[in-house]
Amino acid sequence: MSDIPIGPTATARQQRLETADGTPLKSALARASRRQKLRALALVAPLALFIIVTFVLPIGQMLLRSVNNTQFSDNMPALVQWFAENPPGIDPDEAAFAALVSDLRNGAAQRTVGSVGTRINYEVPGTRSLFTATARRAADLEPPYREALLEVNSDWAREDIWAAMRGASQAYTANFYLAAVDRKRDLDGNIVQSDPQNRVYVQLFLRTFMLSGVITLICLLLGFPVAHLLATLPLRKSNLLMILVLLPFWTSLLVRTTSWIVLLQGQGVVNNVLVALGVIGDDGRLALMYNQAGTIIAMTHVLLPFMILPLYSVMKTIPPSYARAARSLGATSWTTFRRIYLPQTIPGIGAGSILVFILAMGYYITPALVGGATGQLISNQIAFHMQNSLNWSLAAALAALLLGAVLLLYWVYDRLVGIDNMKLG
Amino acid sequence: MNIRTMLCSTACLALMAGASTAQEVTVLGWGGDYARSQIEAYHKPFTEETGIRVISVDADNPATPLKAMVEAGNVTVDVAVIEYADAVRLCDEGLLEVIDTSILEPAPDGTPAEDDFLPGTLTECMVGTDVFSTIFAYDATRFPDNPPTTIADFFDTDNFPGKRGVRRNAKATLEMALMADGVPAEEVYDLLETQEGVERAFAKLDTIKGDIVWWEAGAQPPQLLADGEVAMTIAWNGRIFNAAVGEGKPFEIVWDGQVYEPEGLAIPVGAPNMEEALQFVAFATRAESLARAAEWISYGPTRRSAAPLVGVFQVDGETEMGPNLPTSEENMTNALASSYEFWVDRDAELNERFNAWLLAN
Repeated sequence: MSDIPIGPTATARQQRLETADGTPLKSALARASRRQKLRALALVAPLALFIIVTFVLPIGQMLLRSVNNTQFSDNMPALVQWFAENPPGIDPDEAAFAALVSDLRNGAAQRTVGSVGTRINYEVPGTRSLFTATARRAADLEPPYREALLEVNSDWAREDIWAAMRGASQAYTANFYLAAVDRKRDLDGNIVQSDPQNRVYVQLFLRTFMLSGVITLICLLLGFPVAHLLATLPLRKSNLLMILVLLPFWTSLLVRTTSWIVLLQGQGVVNNVLVALGVIGDDGRLALMYNQAGTIIAMTHVLLPFMILPLYSVMKTIPPSYARAARSLGATSWTTFRRIYLPQTIPGIGAGSILVFILAMGYYITPALVGGATGQLISNQIAFHMQNSLNWSLAAALAALLLGAVLLLYWVYDRLVGIDNMKLG
Repeated sequence: MNIRTMLCSTACLALMAGASTAQEVTVLGWGGDYARSQIEAYHKPFTEETGIRVISVDADNPATPLKAMVEAGNVTVDVAVIEYADAVRLCDEGLLEVIDTSILEPAPDGTPAEDDFLPGTLTECMVGTDVFSTIFAYDATRFPDNPPTTIADFFDTDNFPGKRGVRRNAKATLEMALMADGVPAEEVYDLLETQEGVERAFAKLDTIKGDIVWWEAGAQPPQLLADGEVAMTIAWNGRIFNAAVGEGKPFEIVWDGQVYEPEGLAIPVGAPNMEEALQFVAFATRAESLARAAEWISYGPTRRSAAPLVGVFQVDGETEMGPNLPTSEENMTNALASSYEFWVDRDAELNERFNAWLLAN
């Protein structure tokens, strides 16, 4: 800055600018702006801290859990050590079986064998009982331990179980991600598909995408005319309509979902009316819930405001004169809509669609209540593993994949439409 | 004094202050009529006698949140009502406190508690309170001429049309499927141990998969029957009894193929009010308390000395409870005792398999 010419004379060009007390202007300015930056930072700090504590840390912890599981490695120290000393390929010897027995004895005493068995059961289904049942008898076992263990259960000779234990002796593993896409490792460490009766997640991910897409589309088709009406009606009428849109938006999700149960069930209002009108027979009552139809209907209703509001806020700003100009120049009403009106609503369509789609992918209360078996989404399985099976690592892996899918979608959207073009309200 | 000891002593002081004034115990139960029976028989008299407030909270199956609470290190309940197999499993995993049977009160005639409880209803970590049964029930108005009588009829949608309510869970469901497929009760668990047995049970369930409405909470099946959503449903016998006798619904229980199991009280490791919890368990498992509970819901008491004390159904004030209990002689002709040994070890894997089956198209 100091060498920028500030005056016409040579002396002025040489002279450094100083404040009244003699400090160079440059450093005084820097100090002042630093203070200002700090003040701004202090204002943002509470929010940043809040986001770090409630959002970044839990998600980080979840991502860590999806690749880190210490249920086995913490509770079987002797065996973990044996695996560390003996590289893969070496068959378990007497020392390995002795280590196993000592760990099982400890596990029975410390009551940790259940979680060890659970961990191996993730890799080789049907083996939890092997650990718990053997541990109950571990105190009475006599050397040689190999024979003693095989006596208790010949499964202890199985290569796949030893391979699974070797894998689990490392806290870090990618196996939960493999399980989340219906894959597993075979004995040689190659990645293969899991057994047909255990394949479930890929299908569920696809179903989640498909149903979310359908729900987004229906929301768009239903929401577009309503938003247009809202934006063009005179103020008094549009306010009334707006209240009708917002009232369900403010009602508890659970209340809305259970209301749908009352309406849609076999003996519910919708079916009763149809039977009374003679549209369907009493035996031919429609299955409107406990299936995919139930999930789609209830979720469309719940998510509709998220489509209408962004659309409305965009449509409100479109001057009616454009359409009038097009019509006066000879365009048909369809052409006017397609070439003049619709392109101007794209930011609203994009915002509404991405909002509804992302929210739909994470929904689980509504599908849990009205979805039956076929209307379940991937989030219901995440909830199942969080709350019921308590396989938190698998739940974390599934959740991370879902998060990845959403981010990918966001990126694609940004490339195709541009995030700057999105208008949320 | 460094910051950690300071924090600790503050927390300890707060805890002590809390403990001295709290005098309450939180009981996690199953909701609905079953929870009501316990509130009437245990909670209210307990508060009357000791002045300790009892807070009742509900879950579809208390064993599940209990496990999550202990593993996450955030236990908020003191006593939980759990099934026998779950009690043994959670005890194995170190999630439940071992309960010293010396705290239990002897029978009114002085018999020590250990001898008074029915065999298998006292375990390391659980004190049994009642024997419940998984049965199937139907709406009598839907089958006026030809009512279902056997468990096979439940899977026969040709002769007995209508939707079926089934619990979204492998336990008892697989056993009933096998019994319906003609497997005698005493062979069910031997068969389920094998891969073919499991396949056979799922194959039987496949035959009605499209007709099933799944339920999770015990209060749902009587509701599904009452709404006409299903013609028959698998349910817990006490819930159906209360709806039928207590509320006059036209529901009938079919005892053929019932699966019965004891359940009882357990204390999670890290329960905030340990003292009160033990006091509560001792009080609730007195013979009089158990008999009182059996007057509110048709689950059999687990103490020999309690059986003769059971009077009439408190809701209608006249129905004798005896013949309506799962363990009554005439209800036991084709009955299966749920095997805790089987479910302790197979619960996780069979439920996962069940889930995959459920979600597959």
